[in-house]
Amino acid sequence: MSLSVRFSGVCKDFGPVRVLHGVDFALEPGRVYGLLGENGAGKSTLMKILSGYEAASEGEIQIDGESRRFASSREAEGAGVVLIHQEFNLAEHLTIAQNIFLGHEQKRGWLLDDAGMRRAATEHLAAVGLAADADTPVRRLIVAEKQLVEIAKALSRKARLLIMDEPTATLTPGETERLFALIGKLKADGVTIIYISHKLDEVERITDEVVVMRDGRFVAREATASLTRSQMANLMVGRDVSDMFPDKAPPPPDAPAALTVQGLAVPGWVDDLSFEVQAGEIYGFAGLVGAGRTEAFEAIVGLRERSAGRIALAGRELALSNPRMAMKHGLTYLSEDRKGKGLHVNLGLTENLTLMTLERYAQPWLSHTAEHAALKQAVEGFGIRTGDLAARARMLSGGNQQKLALAKFLHPDPRVIVLDEPTRGVDVGAKRDIYFLIQRLAAEGRAVIVISSELIELIGLCHRVAVLRAGRLQAVLTAEHLTEEELIAHATGTH
Amino acid sequence: MPPVPTEALPAWRHLLSRLSGIGPLLGLVALCIAGTLLNPDFATVDNLLNVLTRTAFIGIIAVGMTFVIMSGGIDLSVGSMAALIAGCMIMFMNHLGASGSAVLAVSAGIVLALVLGSAFGAVHGVLITKGRIEPFIVTLGTLGIFRAYLTYLADGGALTLDGALSDLYSPVYYGSVLGIPIPVWVFAAVALAGGLLLNRTAFGRHVQAIGSNEQVARYAAIRVDFVKLATYSLLGLCVGIATLLYVPRLGSASPTTGLLWELEAIAAVVVGGTALKGGEGRIFGTVIGAILLSVISNILNLTSIISVYLNAAVQGVVIIIVAFMQRGR
Repeated sequence: MSLSVRFSGVCKDFGPVRVLHGVDFALEPGRVYGLLGENGAGKSTLMKILSGYEAASEGEIQIDGESRRFASSREAEGAGVVLIHQEFNLAEHLTIAQNIFLGHEQKRGWLLDDAGMRRAATEHLAAVGLAADADTPVRRLIVAEKQLVEIAKALSRKARLLIMDEPTATLTPGETERLFALIGKLKADGVTIIYISHKLDEVERITDEVVVMRDGRFVAREATASLTRSQMANLMVGRDVSDMFPDKAPPPPDAPAALTVQGLAVPGWVDDLSFEVQAGEIYGFAGLVGAGRTEAFEAIVGLRERSAGRIALAGRELALSNPRMAMKHGLTYLSEDRKGKGLHVNLGLTENLTLMTLERYAQPWLSHTAEHAALKQAVEGFGIRTGDLAARARMLSGGNQQKLALAKFLHPDPRVIVLDEPTRGVDVGAKRDIYFLIQRLAAEGRAVIVISSELIELIGLCHRVAVLRAGRLQAVLTAEHLTEEELIAHATGTH
Repeated sequence: MPPVPTEALPAWRHLLSRLSGIGPLLGLVALCIAGTLLNPDFATVDNLLNVLTRTAFIGIIAVGMTFVIMSGGIDLSVGSMAALIAGCMIMFMNHLGASGSAVLAVSAGIVLALVLGSAFGAVHGVLITKGRIEPFIVTLGTLGIFRAYLTYLADGGALTLDGALSDLYSPVYYGSVLGIPIPVWVFAAVALAGGLLLNRTAFGRHVQAIGSNEQVARYAAIRVDFVKLATYSLLGLCVGIATLLYVPRLGSASPTTGLLWELEAIAAVVVGGTALKGGEGRIFGTVIGAILLSVISNILNLTSIISVYLNAAVQGVVIIIVAFMQRGR
C-alpha cells in the first residue's frame, strides 16, 4: 500500500536561476516525514517535481525502485503520489462530490454517474471525518473543511504518498488536533506522508523523521526524536541562529513616537487596535494567517477601508486616505506579495526603483541619466546582485527581487516603513543582509514595523512584538519576554 | 550558497528583442518596396502624401488609444464618438454661422470638438474607475448611445455644414503648409506629443505601470483611478482632433460617419507592437501600424492582384500574423 521514494541528483532551473542543486535522499514507506527548510530552500519545488507539477531539469526520481518521470500531476496521482497545495485546488462553485471527482468523473455510458459519485464521496468524507453533505458547494465550507475535502480527494485517487504543504497555516488548534488524528490514521493505513511545515513543535509531535533542506540542497535526514527544536532550527539556517541577527540596539526610552494608532477598526478583519511605535524601534507583528496583520496596515496606509481609528505620524494626526498621502507623510508599506503587489516583474529595475518618486526625476521630462544613477546607487547600497542593469525584475533571484523591493519602498525616504514578510522566498544569505539592513534603518532613527510568520525572525530582530489573534491585539511582548512558546500561546489563544 | 545570480541575456535574445521593436517598420518597408514594384505610381510624392492624409484620422485616434490599451483598458466607442462630435459640431457651427461671424463659428466648433471629446472620455473614465464597470462594457454601451444619438439628431439622414462655413473650413483638411497637408502636420504633432508624454513623463510611466500590474501600481502609491481617467480623456481629446480634421473633408455627418474606426484604431495599436493586455507599447509603433494598414488598402487600390473588396480581409490577415508573432510576450 505505501511506497518508497529516492531522489538522486535532482536539479531544477527557473530560467537562469538554479533553485535545486542536486538533491539526493530516500524516503522509506509508511512513515511520516517532516520536510524542513526556510522559505526559498526548495522544499515546495522538490515536492512539485515529485508530484508532477514541475519537471526536473536534471536527475532522477525512483518510486518503489523504479525510475519515474511524471509529465503531469494526473500521472503522479496514477502512481499514488498526491500533493495538497497550501492554497487549495478546489473549484469553489462545484459541490464536494464534484470536486472530489474533478477530472476523474465516473460515467455511465455518455452520462455522469452522479449518484455513484455522491455515494463514493460520502464514504471518503466519512473516512476523513467531515460531517457534511456531498452536495454542499465548496464555497460554503470553512478552511479546515476544505482541507479535509482535499484529503478526501487524495484518498479517492488512492494516494499512497501524501504531501501536505503547510496544512495547519490557517487552522485553529482544535482543527489542527483533528488533522493530526487523521494523519495518524492514514499512517496506520500505510500511507507515506511528507509534512511541510514551519512549526517545529508540530513537526516534533507528529513526524517520525525530519528531512532538512537549505538553499536548494539536501542537508540532513534524522530521526525526529534525536533532534531538539533548536538543533532543527540551526540545521535549517545553516549556522547558529544567533549569527543571523545583528545586535539589538533599542531606541532611547525618550525617543519620540513615530506612528501612533488608536482604536483602528477594519470591517471583517480588525477590531479596536491601538499601538505606538517609537522612532528607531523595530516593532514586530505576530499572529496566524488571517489574524488581520496585513489588513490592519493596508487600512493604515489607505489601501483598505477603515471604519474607525486615529492615526498619527510623528505626533501629527492625519486622515490618510490613500498610499500617496501616506508616502508624502513619511509612511510606506511593502506587501508580502512581492510579485503581485510589490514589484512590476515585467518592467526594468530602474522603472521599479523610481516608480514611487518619479516627480524627483521629471522636470518635466524624465531624466533617464538621473534614474540610471539612482539604480546604480541602489544596486551598490542594497547589495542587489545582477549581471545586467537593464534586466527585467523577473530575472532576479528571490532575494535580489526583495532587495530591489526594499530599495523601492525606501526610495521615498520614509520615517516609518512597514515590511510585510520581508524575507519570504529569500535565501539565507539575503535574509541576513535584510536583517542587518533593518537594523541600519532603525539606527538611522526610522521606525521599522516587521510583520512575519517566522517566529525566529521576530525573536531575533524585534525590540517589541505585538501579537494579533482574530483581529484583536492579544499582547505586546518586550525583548526579554520573546519566546516561541509565548508567541504561539498568544497567537492561538491558549495562553 | 544562494541561487546563481542572473547573468546577461545571450546576444541573440537581445537582438530578437530589438528586432521585435522595429518589426512593424520592417514590415512597412517591405510593403512599400512591394508596392513600388507592383505599380510605379505608388512611390510618387502625391500618392504617399495622400496615404498619410488618409491615415491621419485613424492615426491620431490610435495615438490616444495606445495610452488606453497600455494602461490595460480598451475603448470601443471612438468611431461613434467621432460621428456624434461631428454632428454636434456641424449643428453648433450652423447655428452660430446663421447669426454671426463665420470665423467665430468655425473656431467655436473646433473648440467644441475638443471639449466634447475630452468630456466623453472623462465620462468613460468615471464609469470605469468610480463605477467599477469593465471598460469593454462601458464603451460597448456608449458605442450604441453615441451613434444612436447622432442618427436621432440627423433624423436618420445627414447633417450638412452650410456652404459659407464649409468654404472657410475646408482648407483645414485640403490645405497644405510647406507642401505637406495640414492633417499630416497635425498627425505628426499629436504623435510627437504622445511619444513625449508616454516615454518622458511620470504620467506615461504610471500608465505603463498600471497596465503591467494594477495592484503593484496601487501599492506603489500611484493614483490609479486618476491616471486611468486621464487616459480615456486623452483618447477623447484625440478623437476630437481627428473629428475636427474630418468634418471639413465632406462637410457632413451621417449615421455611417466613423463606422468601424474603433477597430482600425485598435488594429493599428496592436500591429504597432502594443500588448493588448497592457503594460508594453510604443507610440512610434502605433504610427507605423496605422500607416501600414492604410498602405495595404492603397496598394490594393493601385493594383489588381487582389480585389479591393478584400481590403479588410488582407488587413485581418496582417493583424492575426502580427498577434501570432507577439505570442507569449
